[in-house]
Amino acid sequence: MKLTTALLASGALAVSTAAAFAEAHMKMANEMTIVSWGGAYQKSQLKAYVEPYLEANPDVKVIWDESSAEAVAKLRAMNEAGNVTWDVVDVVASDGIRLCDEGLAAEIDPEVDLAKGDDGSSAEDDFGDLLVSECFIPQIVYSTTFGYRTDKVGDTPPADICAIFDTETYPGKRALEKRPINNMEWALLCDGVAKDEVYDVLATEEGQEKALAKLGTIKDDVIWWSAGADTPQLLADGEIVMGSTYNGRLFSVIEEQKQPVGMLWDAQVFDLDGWIVPTGLTDERKARAMHFIKFATDTQRLADQAKYISYGPARASSAPLVGQHADLGIDMAPHMPTDPANAKNTFLYNYEFWADYRDDIDAKFQAWLAQ
Amino acid sequence: MSDATDATTASQAPTPDDGLRIADAEARADAGPVLAADGTPLKRSLSRALRMQKMRALMLIAPLLIFVLVTFIAPIADMLFRSVENQIVSETLPETVMALEDWDEHDAEIPGPDTFTALYIDLYLASERKLHTRLGTRLNYEQTGISSLFRKTGRRVKRFATDDYTKQFVALDPEWENPAVWVAMFEQDDLRKALPLTARTWDRWSDFLIEEEGDDPAKEKPEDILFTALYHDLTTGDQSAFTEGRLARADAAVEAFERVDLKAEFLDADKDWASLPVWQTLKIYSPEYTDGYFLNAVDMQKGLDGPEMRPESQQIYFTLLKRTLFMSLMITGSCILLGYPVAWLLANLPARTANLLMILVLLPFWTSLLVRTSAWKVMLQQQGVINDVLVWLGVVDNADRLIMINNQFGTIVAMTHILLPFMILPLYSVMQTIPPTYLRAAKSLGATNWTAFWRVYFPQSVPGIGAGSILVFILAIGYYITPEIVGGTTGTFISNRIAYHISSSLNWGLAAALGSILLAAVLLLYWAYDRIVGIDNVKLGG
Repeated sequence: MKLTTALLASGALAVSTAAAFAEAHMKMANEMTIVSWGGAYQKSQLKAYVEPYLEANPDVKVIWDESSAEAVAKLRAMNEAGNVTWDVVDVVASDGIRLCDEGLAAEIDPEVDLAKGDDGSSAEDDFGDLLVSECFIPQIVYSTTFGYRTDKVGDTPPADICAIFDTETYPGKRALEKRPINNMEWALLCDGVAKDEVYDVLATEEGQEKALAKLGTIKDDVIWWSAGADTPQLLADGEIVMGSTYNGRLFSVIEEQKQPVGMLWDAQVFDLDGWIVPTGLTDERKARAMHFIKFATDTQRLADQAKYISYGPARASSAPLVGQHADLGIDMAPHMPTDPANAKNTFLYNYEFWADYRDDIDAKFQAWLAQ
Repeated sequence: MSDATDATTASQAPTPDDGLRIADAEARADAGPVLAADGTPLKRSLSRALRMQKMRALMLIAPLLIFVLVTFIAPIADMLFRSVENQIVSETLPETVMALEDWDEHDAEIPGPDTFTALYIDLYLASERKLHTRLGTRLNYEQTGISSLFRKTGRRVKRFATDDYTKQFVALDPEWENPAVWVAMFEQDDLRKALPLTARTWDRWSDFLIEEEGDDPAKEKPEDILFTALYHDLTTGDQSAFTEGRLARADAAVEAFERVDLKAEFLDADKDWASLPVWQTLKIYSPEYTDGYFLNAVDMQKGLDGPEMRPESQQIYFTLLKRTLFMSLMITGSCILLGYPVAWLLANLPARTANLLMILVLLPFWTSLLVRTSAWKVMLQQQGVINDVLVWLGVVDNADRLIMINNQFGTIVAMTHILLPFMILPLYSVMQTIPPTYLRAAKSLGATNWTAFWRVYFPQSVPGIGAGSILVFILAIGYYITPEIVGGTTGTFISNRIAYHISSSLNWGLAAALGSILLAAVLLLYWAYDRIVGIDNVKLGG
C-alpha cells in the first residue's frame, strides 16, 4: 500500500517536474514588438503591463510601434509580403473582428491562454460578453461621449444627448466624428426612435435617410473630426460648445489640464480595446507574445492600468481593485464609463451591424457630407 | 555648356564609335575586310568593343534602374492589376461559380439544389481554411449583409445534417469509413471521370490536409462533404461504369437513401440565402477579372443589365475628382500669383538681401508639414489669431467671426503656403538666367515699364512658370494630409477617400481603381500641357 502511494506520488512528481521543465524551457523569443496608439494610452500600458513584465523577464527587449490606427491595413500588407514584424497588437474590437475574419489574427482559447480571475472565476466568465471574437482579448472598456464648455452653457448644463441637436439652447459649433458610426444612432435616438429599435430602423433605407436628415439640421454647426485629439483641442480653444470624443481624452482635459469642460455621459457608446496576436509568427515569437498577454491581461494588471487613464478594466474581477490616479491622487472609479452613475443610459457598439452596413452607410454618409 | 562638351569629346582619343565609322569607310574604299591585330575582321571586333561599352554604361545605371523598377514601376503595375483582379470569388467558391453558370441572374427564382450542394462543399472547405469571412468582406462591398451571412453560415456549415449521408453509406459498407479506400478510388482515371464532383472535392480536401494541417489523407477519417459529393454524383451522373464492387452496390442503393435538404439547411443558418440579390451579386462577381471597381470609382455599379448609375445618395467620387482638379488648379494659380514677385525679387536684388530672402523662402520648406498645417489651424480658426486681430481692430463683430478653416478656403490657403517653394525655386533659377540688359535695351528703345516686362521679360520666364506649375499641380492633386486636417467637408480631396479605402474599409480594389483614374488624369493633363505649351519649354534652371 505504502509502496503504491510512494510510486504514485513519485510518478506524479516526475510528471509535474517534466511539465514545469517543459514550460521553463519552451523556447521564447527575446524580442517583442508591441503595437499601440501612442500618447497617454500607450504610456498607461507601459506603466501597468510592460514595466512589470520586463522586471520579471529582464532579458526581454520590447520595441514599441504606434501604428494601431492603421493596424488592419498594415497587417494585411505584412501578411501579403510574408513578413510579419509585429508580435502583439492593440486594436479596437471591430478591427479585432475584421483581423479575425481576414485570417490575420490568431485564435485564442481563453481557458488555456488567459489567466484565471483573482476571485477564482474562469477567464471566460471573468471577461464574459466582452469576448466578442475568437481572436480578440479585451483590455479596457472605453466610451465615445460628449464634453461641453461649462462657461458656454449658462445655468443649464446639458444632461441629455439631444442637446447636440438643440442649437437654440446651446448655440455654437459641435464636433462630431467624420464617420457614420455613433452619429447615426444618436440622430435616430433624438428623432424619437426607441433605443432598442435603433438598429432595426438604421438597417432600412428610410431609417438611414431619417438619420441623415436629423444630422442635416445641425450640419452647418458641425466641425467633423478624424483624430481623437481634435475635440479636446477645439474645446480648449473655445472653438466649439460641445463635441464627441473618447472619455479618456476628456478626463485629461478636465482633470489634468483643468479646462472648463464638463462630461455628458448620456447615451455614451461603449467600445472595447484589446490585444490580438498576428498569424504567421514563428513558434518562439508566438510563445513570447502569448506569455506576455497572459501576464498583461490578468486581474491585477488590468486594474493597474486605471491608475494612469480613465478607462474601465475589461475583467469583472478587476473592478473592485481600481484605485486612485497615480499622479493626481483622485479616485478613478467615478471617472470610469462603467461607473453606475455614468452608465445610466448606454449603447454597446453593435459590431455585427456595422460589419455589414459599414460600407453602404459610409458611402451614403460621405456623399451626404460632400453635398 | 554644350560647346565645352564637344571640345572635350574632340580632345579625347578616338572612341570605338569613331573606329567603326573609319572601318566602314575603309571597307567601302577597298573590298577586302580590314582585320584587327588578332585576325578577326576589324568591324566585328569594334562592334564587340562598342557592345562592351554599352554594357558597361548599362551596368552603371543598373542600380538606379533596378531601384526605379522595384520601388516605382512594380507597385504601380501591382495597383493597376488590383483594380481589376477578382479571383477571390472563383478561388474560394469554385464549385458554386461553376454551378451558377447554368443559372441566369435575371431569373426570378434562386438557384436550385445542385448549387446549394456546390456551395456547401465550397463553404465547408473555405471555413476550414478560414477564407469564407475574407470573401464575405469582399462581397459586402457590393451587397450589404453578405459579410455576416458568410460569417454566420461558416460557423454553422460543419453542423449541417449531411452526416446522414455518411451514416447511410457506412451502413451499406463499413469500408467507406476507411480513408485508404478513397485514396485507391481516385487513383483510377475512369472513376475520376465517372465521379467528377467527388474527385474534385477529394483533391481539394487532401490538398487542405497536406498543406494546412500536415496530415496524411490516407489516415484521416473521410468527411461529410465527400459523402455529399458522392451522393450527388451517384444520383445525377452516368454510372454504367460500375458493374460490380462497392461502388456498384452504393449506386444501386443510393436511390433509396434519405436526401438531406441542403437548401433548407442554408436557409435555417441564415434566411438571406433565399434572397435573390445575394445570388445575383455572387453571379455578377464570379469572373476572375471585373470592371466593378472602376465602375464604383465613377459612381456607377454593375447591374443586372450591365453598368448603371449608382443611386444619387451614394454618388461621391465624380464630385471629389472634379473638386480635386479644380482646387489643384486654384492652388497652382495662387502659387504663381504669390511666387512670381518673390522670385523676381530674389533674382534681381543684391546678393546679400537675396540670400536673406532665400532663407525666408526655404525656412518653412524645412519645417515639418504637420507643424505648418497645424499652425494654419491656429491662425485661421474662429478663436484664432487672425479673427482675434480683426475683432480687436473692430473690422469684424465678435458674434460673427469669419469662418476660414475646415472648408475650401482653408485648404487652398494652407496648401498654397506649403507648395509655394516648389513654385519659387524653378522660377528663380530661370529668372536668374535672363540678362537684365534685355530690359534696359527695351526701355532705351522706348518701351514703357509694363511693355518691357510683358513683351520682353515675361516670355523668357514662362519655362519657369511651366516647371513650377507642373510640380505644384502634380503634388497638389495627390495631397492628403493637409486637406484631411483643414479641409472639413468641402475641402477634402479624392486622395482622402483613397486613404480611407486603403486603411479603413480595406477595399483595396476600389482604392486602386481611384488611384489609376487619378494617374490617368495626371498623364492626360501632362499630355495636354505638352501639346499646348511644349514640354521642351520647361526648365528647372540654366
